[in-house]
Amino acid sequence: MNDQAKVIGTTSNAWHGVSTGFLIGAGLCLLTIFVALLSFIWTPYDVTDLNVTQKLLSPSFAHPFGTDHFGRDVLSMIMVGARNSLAVALVAVIIGAGIGTPLGLLAAARHGMVGEVVMRTNDLIFAFPSLLMAVMITAVFGPGAINAIVAIGIFNIPVFARVARGAAIGLWTREFILSARTAGKSTFLISIQHILPNLLGLLIVQGAIQFALGVVAEAGLSYVGLGAQPPMPSWGRMLAEAQTMIGFAPWLAIFPGFAIMIVVFGFGLVGDGLRDFLDPRIRQER
Amino acid sequence: MSLLKIEKLCVSIGHASILKSISLQLNAGEIVGLAGESGSGKSMTAMAVLGLLPPKANMSGTVKLENAILSGASENDLCAIRGRDIGIIFQEPMTALNPVMTIGDQIAETVRIHRKVSRTEARTIAREMLDRVGLRAPQFGLGRYPHNLSGGQRQRVAIAIALALKPKLIIADEPTTALDVTTQAEILDLLNRLVREDGAAMILVTHDLAVVAQVADRVVVMKHGEIVDEGSVDHVFRNSNNPYTVKLIKNTDHQPERAEQGGRSGKPVLQVEQLVREYAGRRKLLKPDPPFRAVDNVSFEICPHENVGLVGESGCGKSTLLRTILGLDAPQAGEVRVFGESFPARNLAKTKELRRKIQVVFQDPFGSFDPRWRVEKIIAENFHLYDRAISSKQERMRIEAMLEQVGLNGRDADRFPHEFSGGQRQRIAIARALITEPSVIALDEAVSALDVTVRAKVLDLLADLSDRLGVAYLFVTHDLTVVRSITDRVMVMKAGKIVEEGDTEAVFSNPQHPYTIDLLNAAPNLNRALERRKAIGHPTEVSQ
Repeated sequence: MNDQAKVIGTTSNAWHGVSTGFLIGAGLCLLTIFVALLSFIWTPYDVTDLNVTQKLLSPSFAHPFGTDHFGRDVLSMIMVGARNSLAVALVAVIIGAGIGTPLGLLAAARHGMVGEVVMRTNDLIFAFPSLLMAVMITAVFGPGAINAIVAIGIFNIPVFARVARGAAIGLWTREFILSARTAGKSTFLISIQHILPNLLGLLIVQGAIQFALGVVAEAGLSYVGLGAQPPMPSWGRMLAEAQTMIGFAPWLAIFPGFAIMIVVFGFGLVGDGLRDFLDPRIRQER
Repeated sequence: MSLLKIEKLCVSIGHASILKSISLQLNAGEIVGLAGESGSGKSMTAMAVLGLLPPKANMSGTVKLENAILSGASENDLCAIRGRDIGIIFQEPMTALNPVMTIGDQIAETVRIHRKVSRTEARTIAREMLDRVGLRAPQFGLGRYPHNLSGGQRQRVAIAIALALKPKLIIADEPTTALDVTTQAEILDLLNRLVREDGAAMILVTHDLAVVAQVADRVVVMKHGEIVDEGSVDHVFRNSNNPYTVKLIKNTDHQPERAEQGGRSGKPVLQVEQLVREYAGRRKLLKPDPPFRAVDNVSFEICPHENVGLVGESGCGKSTLLRTILGLDAPQAGEVRVFGESFPARNLAKTKELRRKIQVVFQDPFGSFDPRWRVEKIIAENFHLYDRAISSKQERMRIEAMLEQVGLNGRDADRFPHEFSGGQRQRIAIARALITEPSVIALDEAVSALDVTVRAKVLDLLADLSDRLGVAYLFVTHDLTVVRSITDRVMVMKAGKIVEEGDTEAVFSNPQHPYTIDLLNAAPNLNRALERRKAIGHPTEVSQ
């Protein structure tokens, strides 16, 4: 038992636990982030440049991913669209974690009336799909990237609240929490100093998973016109516009589709890899 | 011819060598106790016989059961042998049984895997086995599920499964460690009787020498993956000249030296008055269950520099009582007073002041520290009880001084808890409790998880600290040996009530309440077990 505990704790060979899946995922994520950042300073063509003479060109050396019906370069649009996808998913995760985690901690610390109210409200929010949420928000505030962020962010709140609460309840019965209580610490202090740091690994994993889901949700919202508005390119709307031309210009649908797939796949792998890596029981079996 | 022959068995995991050339023989019908402290390799030896080593382990040497060579045998061959020729009993009766399968099916399953019998015949055998282990129909039908059996009853089912096919060899890995003392005594008797009746041999893996003395013919003492001592129980326990064995035997009922006690004097530091703690019954639609009284009208007090024991079996309410005293649970009635003042007090500052006077050390040296904190921060957590902040330099000095007081090094403050052994961690926990200069420390099974040699040292430390600092202890434990060795006064708790209370020596030598008598009789005790062996003349003393 003693020696086992030591093995878990040593950090010198910590990277041995990392799987190939994680490395592939991390590579895909970094690629996407790099492309998104690059688009701020350079894209092959200007995405607001309409050039009807160049419309619907199939992939070539000048336009590796082809052009659309307005003559815009698809590669450039995907690069700029990556910004939008990542930003929406990231902010939505921050909103979800930032509100959901404290709620979950609160519900775990105050089981009884407060905890019940928090969790049942969560269930209520959970019952609305992000699409429905987006439709409602759009109905009130009009469409736009900000509203997509808010809709997906609200959808993330109960996810983080549940994860945080479930793990926190387990921690509250541990002896080190009992001794923190005999040190006269308030529930708030204990939640911040002991519970939250011990949950961090779990929350990071959930964050990676929610990020991947956020990219899909954003694409879905843009597809039905509730996400970023023209002329800002977005992967979901590119897919929607490609739909009518799929018979003679399939590249318009294939490349944005691939972009979405790569991001989701990458962050999914990172999430799984982190989970395995952070869970000592799984790490030891390897 | 010997039944089981282990020759030059070596097991290593990675670079760590777990077993170093173990050679061991077992005759038919012989019971061998495999004793040793944690990490000695005793369980690993048993697992190696069964071919149940962890996947990364490397094994060399031979294991031979009669004519079959088990080492290096295929998983299929081993499966045929496990259960049929070798019966296995594990420590945890909770996890060893399948919770969604009836006990009858679990026994019948073992029978049908190895023997071509009909379903009805298998069930008949299952019924016979349950009768043999004392679980008689109609109360214990074949259709019962493990979850509505007690720990002892579950262990009886596990024994029934292990013995169902009359195997020649039984391997029992700490079969009674997880059980209460009274249950432990019954299960040991049962196991001993059944194994002798069937004429089977048994390897009994245990850390408890008293258990070995009660049951085994021969004992093998292991340390750091090697056999250090071996022989008949009477010989090893009475005349062994191996220093390690001698130390182990001496430490089982280690008596820490304590200064002369001046009797109970001074104003009580802790008073508990008619404390009641109830848990709400299960909420049912129309009529809720009545609340469960875990602590039922308990009163006692502790004087300065007094060591008080609170003993009882699991579920008697001693842990709940402790939590209530510490103010972690709110009582339904009654009061806790620290230095005559109600605790927890109405205002926060007063509560903090009183908390400095009453501190706690928990059982689990692995769970009682935040794994992400360094020792310095862990101990400093109790400085939260002071209103005026102490400078961090002063704080550090006090922590280092305290670590030295409990027998650690001042530099240990910068290390993480996982870098320490179990005994060292308990020292850290004691340092954390002592840093606020308390008048009373509650110890919740604080030495139960420790090996005997480590336990002896921690008990010495506690006695020494009590003499030097005048701190009083409340030992909450199920371990009567510990209570006898270090307390002045003892309280026996049963079903939420304190049934007997008195000076430790008086209670131990002349118990009044029937429950106390039961408890004392059942408690494993090395000397008494040896006396009894002598009196009855042990049945099968196999000559070497």
